[in-house]
Amino acid sequence: MRPLRYSRVADVATAVGTVAADPASTFLAGGTTEVDLQRSYVSPARRLVDINDLPLHQVEELPGGGVRIGALARMSEVAQALPIRRRFPVISQALLLGASPQLRNMASMGGNLMQRVRCGYFRDVAAPCNRREPGTGCSAVHGINRGHAILGTSERCIATHPSDVAVALVALDAVVLTQGPGGAGRIGVDDFFPLPGDTPEREHPTAHGELVVAIEVPPNPMATRSLYLKVRDRESYEFALASAAVAVSLDGQTIGDVRLALGGVATKPWRAHRAEAVLRGAPATVETFTAAAAEELADAVGYGMNDFKIELARRTIVRALRMVLGDPQIHDGTAPGMLSGDGGGTS
Amino acid sequence: MSPAIGATLDRVDGRAKVTGAARYSAEVNLPDLTHAVLVGAQVPSGRIIGIDCRDAMVADGVIAVLTHLDLPRIAAQPKLFPGLAGLIAHGQSFFPMQDDVVHYAGQPVAVVVADTLERAEHAATLVRVSYAETPSLTLLDAGRDRAYEPEKIFGGLVPGRNPPRGDPEAALRDAEVTLDLTYRFEVNHHNPIEASTTTAVWDDVDRLTLYDATQGPKATQLSVAELLGLPPTDVRVVSHYVGGSFGSKALIWPHVTVAALAARVVGRPVRLALSREQEFHSCGHREEQEQRIRLGAGRDGRLTAFTHDKISLTSHFDDWAEMSLESAAVTYACPNYAGGYRLVRGNIITPTFTRAPGEATGMFALESAMDELAYAVGLDPLELRLRNHADVDPETGKPWSSKGLKECYQRGAQLFGWADRDPRPGVRRDGQWLVGTGVATAAYPVAAPISPQRARARMYGDGSSVVEAGISEFGTGALTAMTQVAADALGLPVDRVRFVGGSSDLPNIAAAVGSAGAGATSAAVHLACTQLRDQLIGQAVADQGSPLHGADPAEVVVRDGRLCRRDRPEVGETYHQLLDRNHMPDVEAIGTWMPVSPMTSDHAMHTFGAQFAEVAVDADLGRIQVRRLVGVFAPGRVLNRRTAHSQLMGGMLWGVGQALLEATRMDPHTGRYANQNLADYLVPTNADVPDVVVDMIEVPDAVVNPLGVKGVGEIGIVGVSAAIANAIHHATGRRIRKLPILLEDLL
Repeated sequence: MRPLRYSRVADVATAVGTVAADPASTFLAGGTTEVDLQRSYVSPARRLVDINDLPLHQVEELPGGGVRIGALARMSEVAQALPIRRRFPVISQALLLGASPQLRNMASMGGNLMQRVRCGYFRDVAAPCNRREPGTGCSAVHGINRGHAILGTSERCIATHPSDVAVALVALDAVVLTQGPGGAGRIGVDDFFPLPGDTPEREHPTAHGELVVAIEVPPNPMATRSLYLKVRDRESYEFALASAAVAVSLDGQTIGDVRLALGGVATKPWRAHRAEAVLRGAPATVETFTAAAAEELADAVGYGMNDFKIELARRTIVRALRMVLGDPQIHDGTAPGMLSGDGGGTS
Repeated sequence: MSPAIGATLDRVDGRAKVTGAARYSAEVNLPDLTHAVLVGAQVPSGRIIGIDCRDAMVADGVIAVLTHLDLPRIAAQPKLFPGLAGLIAHGQSFFPMQDDVVHYAGQPVAVVVADTLERAEHAATLVRVSYAETPSLTLLDAGRDRAYEPEKIFGGLVPGRNPPRGDPEAALRDAEVTLDLTYRFEVNHHNPIEASTTTAVWDDVDRLTLYDATQGPKATQLSVAELLGLPPTDVRVVSHYVGGSFGSKALIWPHVTVAALAARVVGRPVRLALSREQEFHSCGHREEQEQRIRLGAGRDGRLTAFTHDKISLTSHFDDWAEMSLESAAVTYACPNYAGGYRLVRGNIITPTFTRAPGEATGMFALESAMDELAYAVGLDPLELRLRNHADVDPETGKPWSSKGLKECYQRGAQLFGWADRDPRPGVRRDGQWLVGTGVATAAYPVAAPISPQRARARMYGDGSSVVEAGISEFGTGALTAMTQVAADALGLPVDRVRFVGGSSDLPNIAAAVGSAGAGATSAAVHLACTQLRDQLIGQAVADQGSPLHGADPAEVVVRDGRLCRRDRPEVGETYHQLLDRNHMPDVEAIGTWMPVSPMTSDHAMHTFGAQFAEVAVDADLGRIQVRRLVGVFAPGRVLNRRTAHSQLMGGMLWGVGQALLEATRMDPHTGRYANQNLADYLVPTNADVPDVVVDMIEVPDAVVNPLGVKGVGEIGIVGVSAAIANAIHHATGRRIRKLPILLEDLL
């Protein structure tokens, strides 16, 4: 392991000041990504500023029905928090389907948003990777890319954004609250994850030393009818091949309003605006869902091994919509009863 | 006293393991210990044109940086030889850092020694190697035009073509029903939870001790001694606990000797622990391969012809193929058979034994094909198998030493609820899930070492006993089972017996590979203990002071540490009384078992079983859930029902991984594997594990070894992947002829 410096801070101002003053430093929260990347020499940081003592652990209900999630709240705590379970089941489900119980007990919500991609070439310092070393090329475009993205890619980078909960947050128009050297900031979560484009190394619109302090989820009555569906190779400790976060309201047999976002298939947590437009005001039928899915995936591009994800993503959208609307022909086993378990159950 | 053999005795080392008291090879703490880290080649083929070690040398804590320029030369060129022989057992016929040529990515090109692991790891990243890269070949398809038929495989022990029978080509032409099917397999890695580790220390009389994670301390001793040019007397290997192996520690790989060489250079003890990533290119793997099967049969389903051809990727130094054809060749009665291996040389480390080495793939191919045959002739898949049951070994015509396969089918079918199965594929729905069931035969040869197997039994004056043999405990429960074997042979309760293994100083036992460990070790232990018992009985009947004086030794039995006359149990005395009276602090006996060679035996020796699976496939999303597994096996005598159950269940879950998850993916552009970690190389989690039922049919076997033990280490995985694939077909109507079977195969 590379020699590095470590310090522990107790307040936000000191944390921000310490990291902002040292370009070679970074924040350390749960450490479930950063320590891995240190050990594999992917992280360039030479100094870790431990922020776990900062008072950012609370999950609070906001007036009007929103929720504010402290950046240091652990994934497992947030998943079980009553306001989350009552008002935003999709967030709770996305959290419980992520990672493993051990990781969820360590990983923070802010860290979840800041986590790096799982592309094998990003994590292999011997391989070219534009995200890790700009200008060296993308090994995944012609490489082992079964897990890679089909939406939002560029020739510079096709790595999938790995977070589950960020997909739910994007669907719910959450806001990321930051504190940086220039003061406080509020960034829409969709904007928090830019597309890779020509600058895949630029992962967030934040300055060095700018710290995520909280996530606000605005009130959304339809979120009580929401769901996260995750399709993956195994039932625990595995990233999505395709996932969908969906919240919906019905007006008789017609879809009133809907929020839909996709995971596992895009370079960022992917808000499915095009599908939403098809769904809104349309009859709540499989035909509508299928048309919406086709519309959302119309511009998807496969890179060989991941071509199947285009069809899988379509079917995942249709399935998630059928599930959230209680289609009696579906019993998936992922939604009910899951909250008490570890999210690993198969039935 | 009821016999200890067969009982579910708790693991004798269970407490030490769960409390952390058990010390593994990387946990041996020695004064002045240093840490070695290997630097692997980042290209798959070429020459080293420069190594700059200057930054590494001056990094904090660094003691030495060794490369091909200054690592001491080895005394002999290693030659691949399977460990079952009980002899020198190198994993490949190549040793790194002897010249500047790179044959495979990850090949060690330098070793860094420092005072802490973290400093050694860091300095290893500072070693800058430049290469003149040459074209490489890392995928089977890229080298098909260069495939060749090896004369021998498997270290020269096995012919490149299986013994043929009859005229399969003619029989195929004449067959009423024929099938021609090809199966593909991705690379698999063992991934035991403990990565391979060696701690090497030279003492002040230049004797080497290696604390090594190995399946065979003797194999490590002999192999390292050969490479160092030392007599075996100067190399001692200690291996008390090993954290799993599955074949990765069956043969001896270069890092063990590198640790010894580094320790000699720095004059301090060296610990060399492979990282998880290094595990993927340091101890072999199950090779990328393809198998073609052709079956000919009558409309009644009886096989008339069977051909089985395999092509696989091997290294540049060895003709290695796992033996995928041997069990398949004798599973069914079929008069016309041919099978052979073809190889393609590539820039990879030599592949090696991987749990159920050969059978796990060969039986997937055969048992998938048999399922297709069942549908082609309209027979229930189980009935088809019964109809083709091999009453004798189809290859030699010899009778089986024991079999039990029909009983396994019957018991398995009953436990699983196979009767009245609706054969139609794709018709059972449970919500969006399509549900199906499948069956497969499991078969694995009964292998035995070719060297004498020894154990030593010592009785102390108080009547307690220590029994020793040079085995390693790598999770199988061997220490526990051998305690039971010894207790029964000596006539002692298990708590009066301590079984000790884990050192090359102990009597010779070959590496426990190929499911042969329990048979070989139990034979030697049983013989040592019965010999000691008989010696003490002989002493008692000759002793005028003994109540047994003058008795016929054949009429004396030992129960609970007391010798007595069979006809008058009240007449007798304890071991303790006998030894105490004669002022004997201890008595010893050595047991030597010379294994039966399958070639010269009048019997064919094989283990059989039956696997059943129920699988659900998400009709829209392709997700695959294994819902139930039933495995019934006939492994001869069962030494400990609990540890045997655990091994068989572990094997079956390995089968789930092989069927649905495990694949190491080579990127031909880099020549390196793209998923060298446990987050990207998927194995089943607890959440993926279905309801698993394991049962055993105990078949008496008087041929294989003194206790009739056929072993449970390998057979559990064999056939599982085929049962799952057959169930997927039954669920969906889709035949998937590759492993692993992935979601996208079913969309």
